[in-house]
Parts: sequence; C-alpha cells; structure tokens
Amino acid sequence: MSETTIRTFSVNFGPQHPAAHGVLRLVLEMDGEVVERADPHIGLLHRGTEKLIEYRPYLQNIGYFDRLDYVSMMCQEHSYVLAVEKLLGITPPIRAQYIRVLFCEITRILNHLLNITTMALDIGAMTPLLWGFEQREKLMEFYEAVSGARMHANYFRFGGVAKDMPAGLEERIAEWCDQFMPFMDDLETLLTENRIFKQRTVDIGVVSAEDALAWGFSGPMLRASGIAWDLRKAQPYEVYDRMDFDIPVGRHGDCYDRYLVRMWEMRESVKIIRQCLEQMPEGPVRLPNHKVTPPPRAEMKRSMEALIHHFKLYTEGIHVPKGEVYVATENPKGEFGVYLVSDGTNRPYRCKIRSPGYAHLQALEKMAKGHQLADTVAIIGSLDIVFGEIDR
Amino acid sequence: MSVETGPQTVEALEDMLATIEAKLGDLLLESRIAHGELTIVVPASRIVEVLTWLRDEPAMLFSELVDLCGVDWPEREQRFDVVYHLLSLHHNQRLRVKVRTDEHTPVPSVTAVYPTAGWFEREAWDMFGILFSDHPDLRRILTDYGFEGHPLRKDFPLTGYVEVRYDDDQKRVVYEPVKLRQDFRNFDFLSPWEGLQGFLPGDEKATS
Repeated sequence: MSETTIRTFSVNFGPQHPAAHGVLRLVLEMDGEVVERADPHIGLLHRGTEKLIEYRPYLQNIGYFDRLDYVSMMCQEHSYVLAVEKLLGITPPIRAQYIRVLFCEITRILNHLLNITTMALDIGAMTPLLWGFEQREKLMEFYEAVSGARMHANYFRFGGVAKDMPAGLEERIAEWCDQFMPFMDDLETLLTENRIFKQRTVDIGVVSAEDALAWGFSGPMLRASGIAWDLRKAQPYEVYDRMDFDIPVGRHGDCYDRYLVRMWEMRESVKIIRQCLEQMPEGPVRLPNHKVTPPPRAEMKRSMEALIHHFKLYTEGIHVPKGEVYVATENPKGEFGVYLVSDGTNRPYRCKIRSPGYAHLQALEKMAKGHQLADTVAIIGSLDIVFGEIDR
Repeated sequence: MSVETGPQTVEALEDMLATIEAKLGDLLLESRIAHGELTIVVPASRIVEVLTWLRDEPAMLFSELVDLCGVDWPEREQRFDVVYHLLSLHHNQRLRVKVRTDEHTPVPSVTAVYPTAGWFEREAWDMFGILFSDHPDLRRILTDYGFEGHPLRKDFPLTGYVEVRYDDDQKRVVYEPVKLRQDFRNFDFLSPWEGLQGFLPGDEKATS
C-alpha cells in the first residue's frame, strides 16, 4: 500500500470577514472541508476599558459600559450601577427599578433580534434581517426618548435613572408590544420550520450540559443545553421577583435549540415589559440623597446647599466605601458580572468586567472541531458574540 | 436590594464557611463575609486541590468557574491577588477564592479542574504578568502581537509606551514611542483634605 501524506492547511478567517460578527480572527486548520483546530485570535478591539475605568470617577464610567457589548447597552450599565449601589448600600426608588427592568427587557429584545437575524443572514436567509431591524429601530426610539441616544444611552445612575420617562412613552411601548407578537409569529414562519435553516443548525455545535458548565457558559447558551438557570429567577434583583415569566430551556444544546431559546425569550421579555407597564407606580426616579444623586436644577438656583452638592458631585464625584463586590445580572448574552474593588476614593481601584461572550468564544474550538467550515459560521452566529465585550 | 435578600443569606454563607473551615483547616488563610459575599484566601500552591474539592463536594458543588482575574497591589510583597469567582448552580451560591502571588512565583493553573480557566488565565498573564504553571497555552490574548509589558499593572502608564500610525511612505503601519501633544492630565478630583499628598507647588517659597 502506498503511503499517503495527509495535508492540513490553515485558513485565516477574518478579522474582516462579514460572518465573523466583528473583528474575530480565526486561524483554522482544515483537513479538506473539516475543521481540525480552531484558534481564535481576539483582542483586535481591545480598548483598555478596565484600565480607563481606574482613572475616572465612578459616574464617568457608566458610559464605558454602553460601549462594551454595543447591542445590550443598558443591561451592562445595570451590572455596574448595581455593584456601586451595593457598595454604597443604597436602593433606588421603586419606579426607577421598574424603569430599569423595563429597559433591560427592551434591550434583551434588541439583542436577540440582532443575533437571530444576523445568524440567519450568515446561513443564507436575508429577509429576517430586514424585518428584525425595522423592529430594532422602533425600540431604539424608546431608548432615544428616555436618554437622548439611540444606542449608547448612559441612562442608569447610582440611586435611580437619569430622568423619568417622557409623557406618553408608556402607551407607545404598549402599542409596540401589541404589534410585536404578530411580528414574532411572522418571523417564526420564516425560520423555525424552514428546511434550509434546520439543515444548517440542527445537530450543529452540540454542547452537553456538563460541557456547558465546565466551559463557563451562561445565559441562553446554558439554557439551550438543558440547564434551567436564569439569574432573574435564581438570584432576582430589582423587581424581577414580582414578574411572572417563564424560562425557556432547550434539550439538545445545538445551534437550533439556541435559536429557539432566544426566540422564546423575546416573547417572555414582552410579557415582562407588559407587567412593568401595568405595575409601574408613580413617584420619584432618583433617591433624594444628594450625596449620591444630583439635586433638581430648579433647586440649585435658590439653594446654596444644592449648588454645593451639584458642584461636588460633578467635580469630585461620589466616594465609595472600601470593599469589594461581585454583581452579576442576566444579560441577553449571559451572565455579565462586574467585580469592583474600591479603596475608598472617588475612583474604582479595580473593575473586572466578566463578559459572557469571552467564555462562549473560548469553547468555539471544542464546538467547531469535526464540523465543516460552513458550520463554523453557523456556530459563531449562535454563540451571540460581540467583540466590544470580549476584547473590552 | 434584592440581591442580598435572595438565596445568599448571611446564615447560609456562615454555614458554608463552617463547612469550608472544617475541611480546609490550615489551608484557610483568611475568610470574610461582606456585602453578602463570602471570600476565602488560600495558599496559591494548593489552589488546584481546593477548587477540586469545592467542585466535587456535595455540600458545595461549585460546578462553574464564572470569572478569574488579577488585582495588583504594588505596595504589597506579594503584589498580585488572583481572584476566582465560583458559582454553584445546585445550591445557588457564589464564592470568591483568592490566592496571592508575586511577579516570579507561578500559580498552578486550574485548567484541569475548569477548562474555562484557560483564557481567563491567559488574560491574567497578559494584563498583569501573573505566571501560571502547567497551563497548556499561556500566550498573550488581548494585547497586540509583539506587545511588551502588562497594561493593568498599577505602574503601567495609562497612555502606554508605543503608538501606531499608518506611514504613507513605507506603506505600512509603524510603531513609534508615544508622543503626547500635552502632558497626560491625571486630575486629582479629591478635596484638599483627602487628595493632598505631601507637596503643594509654591510651598517651598514659604519655608525658604
């Protein structure tokens, strides 16, 4: 028998590849069409956020959190704001908590719409993207209504939110909810039973429950592997314990289950949004403690004390007591944690950002091994990675 | 905030701490419950053993390593903390494990216990220069190819040492030492009572 030499060759996937969802450089070792080894090179979007945070007063850092995962902006602010509040030992007013939950769920839909539709685009379905982005635009208008910015909202504050929702926004959100459910049904007709979509996703990139835990999965990735774990239920924060919603759980841990879990989560998010709108009480949206939150502008014109508070807050900023906390919230992508070490001054001593995508992308090699190159694209799509949060 | 009123009550944490104390004995260097979170400090050389026990012990079952990161305390002899955040889905508990090390002493890698530690340890190496022994692939991860230094150390300047630009003559990206148009302005926002560290410009005139 003659000797045959096995020749593997490497493919450089990205960093400017449209299916790489950002700046992923993937060095693939291929045996024909089959992936033997996948080595993701990350860090091309590294901006040194954690270092920058150490040089800014606490308040100025909120803006950095929008820019990590730039499709789930407010959810990340939420983790950071909760961490600082935990160190300060304050709780925002109840209306502010409802507004936060409301916008976290809007953000979840924003994120899942982007992820599902771009994943569908990667594997050949163009229409969902066009439909989904129309809905995203409507949601970003709600962002704009409260914060003035469509994406990088910088809306949450320590002890509440920046300002109350404008009049009429609640009705607009309720109207949006009514038209979104039929949209979801339409979107499902495009994908869920689509033969090509199923061929490309079912049994691709299967992760067992044990592997999902060992590789540090969280969020929809963990739930698609059959583990019913959601921080909103398990360790409820804000007013999530008053909400009635279900946690969709997959069974096979493949790309298709991850898609289904995300689709169902959007429906559950709409449920939460509706409950928020129903239950939301009137009242203040910021704590009256002006050592933490700025006084109203009108008061500053008359009260010397208010003026001093305002000046101190925006020059020196708040002092956070010494200590360390780890606060994690259930982001659209998974567990987004902030480990904050304070040395008692007005700047964080260390702020470690635990992004869910980092752990998920690490498991790509394990998931892609033995699959074809085209399946790698489907797997990357189902991981829901955004490089802002992975590279930080 | 409902984070504290959740399952992680202080009593539950104290129970957990008692179990850990009973098992680890001398290995438990320090422990602390603050803000409803339990922190334990163990010797760096035994971290693999401790985490394996925490993962497999039925009363613990910390099946997920959520995060691993470094913290730099340059004034300390052992300047680095390596912080492991564990999550037990079964008991709905979190635990923070810390070890201390310096620039030269490697910490045993926990990739054998939690495969997810791989990238997190690479990041700690990249950002702080913390060494991990027995790591299968301890390369830099976030910084540029050929980067020198460890940017999250407290003695690394915020502006860094090199900057890049595209050179039109050479038709490629070139690396140059950082040139700042103006000095880096590190504002001291603290009030004079807190922020003052020794010297005020102009003080020398009063004494001379």
